[in-house]
Amino acid sequence: MINPEQTKVSGSKGWSPYLAGALVGVLAIVSVYLTTVYMGKSTYLGASTTFVRAAGLAVQVVDPSYVAQNAYYIKEKVVIDWQFLMVIGIFFGALLSSKMDGSFKIESLPPLWKKQFGSSVPKRSVYAFAGGILAMIGARLADGCPSGHGLSGMMQLSVSSFVALAMFFGFGVIVANFMYRKAG
Amino acid sequence: MSIDQLLGLATGIIFGFLLQKGRVLRYDKQVGALLLKDMTIFKFMLSAIVVGMFGILAMHEMGLITLSLKAMNVGGILVGGALFGVGWAVLGYCPGTSVGAVGEGRWTAIFGVIGMVVGAGIYAQMYPFFKSTVLAWSDLGKISLPETISINQWVVAVIFALITLGLFRWFEKKGL
Repeated sequence: MINPEQTKVSGSKGWSPYLAGALVGVLAIVSVYLTTVYMGKSTYLGASTTFVRAAGLAVQVVDPSYVAQNAYYIKEKVVIDWQFLMVIGIFFGALLSSKMDGSFKIESLPPLWKKQFGSSVPKRSVYAFAGGILAMIGARLADGCPSGHGLSGMMQLSVSSFVALAMFFGFGVIVANFMYRKAG
Repeated sequence: MSIDQLLGLATGIIFGFLLQKGRVLRYDKQVGALLLKDMTIFKFMLSAIVVGMFGILAMHEMGLITLSLKAMNVGGILVGGALFGVGWAVLGYCPGTSVGAVGEGRWTAIFGVIGMVVGAGIYAQMYPFFKSTVLAWSDLGKISLPETISINQWVVAVIFALITLGLFRWFEKKGL
């Protein structure tokens, strides 16, 4: 049953982004330390390599020899590792948090999208799919995403991450403003 | 499950929890940041970076951990970064947040997740091409900002933190 109270709760503000972000900083520190101690290798937060492994696992079902011979799958290793489980964990953490504070909501279209592009779910799905393809090819070329470069790389003051993040935001700002330009 | 996988899962659950609590999993927040109308993403990321930076640099100086910088491959970072920016604006999520968005019920983000898996597959197929073109232009290696500009890392970190605090004050003053 949908009541107005519930929609009110789902619009609740959550935590301050400063606090939640600072706690992610603490998580990054603890996580690098624990992976060093228990896995023998300092491992940093990141997400995009997991998508390569997921692709490798999927293709493996159809054509294992292709994956075994592909230079990129050999380089990144198609395994279910720390990061793979980390990415799966993000799903459950978000589910847990949103169920706890009532902000979980089955939603097909983001409000901002709906206002600009209307209520066609297939249209949004096609954009999401195409955007995903472009974003991942870019992330693999740049060797990281807003987690690997944006958080982990910046924390280490890596030059590549400063430049990558500037490119991510720079081109993102241009395209988003183009998509949301006033009609006419 | 191995210890690696258990650690990864626990880290991910906390990460996803905090991403959701910070409300940064939303399309509206991500695109709002790219439209420069909602600074939630910047507040969240910069807070994480500043806190994490001091801890990681300190642990590295104490010899507790090793750093893992990504190479400054000029073509890869510039072309890949630009392509990512375009895709990010169109999708409205980055790789980590797309998975989290599905977790909080924004189910059409799943098409972004599938698109990213397909994109990774395309990249694997095209890897020899990229390796001999874009990625072959110029590689400056794994360089850090403090050594590149020859300034002590703590000075760089403090300056970064001060600039960040200045930005935060400005965001709050402007109500962004």
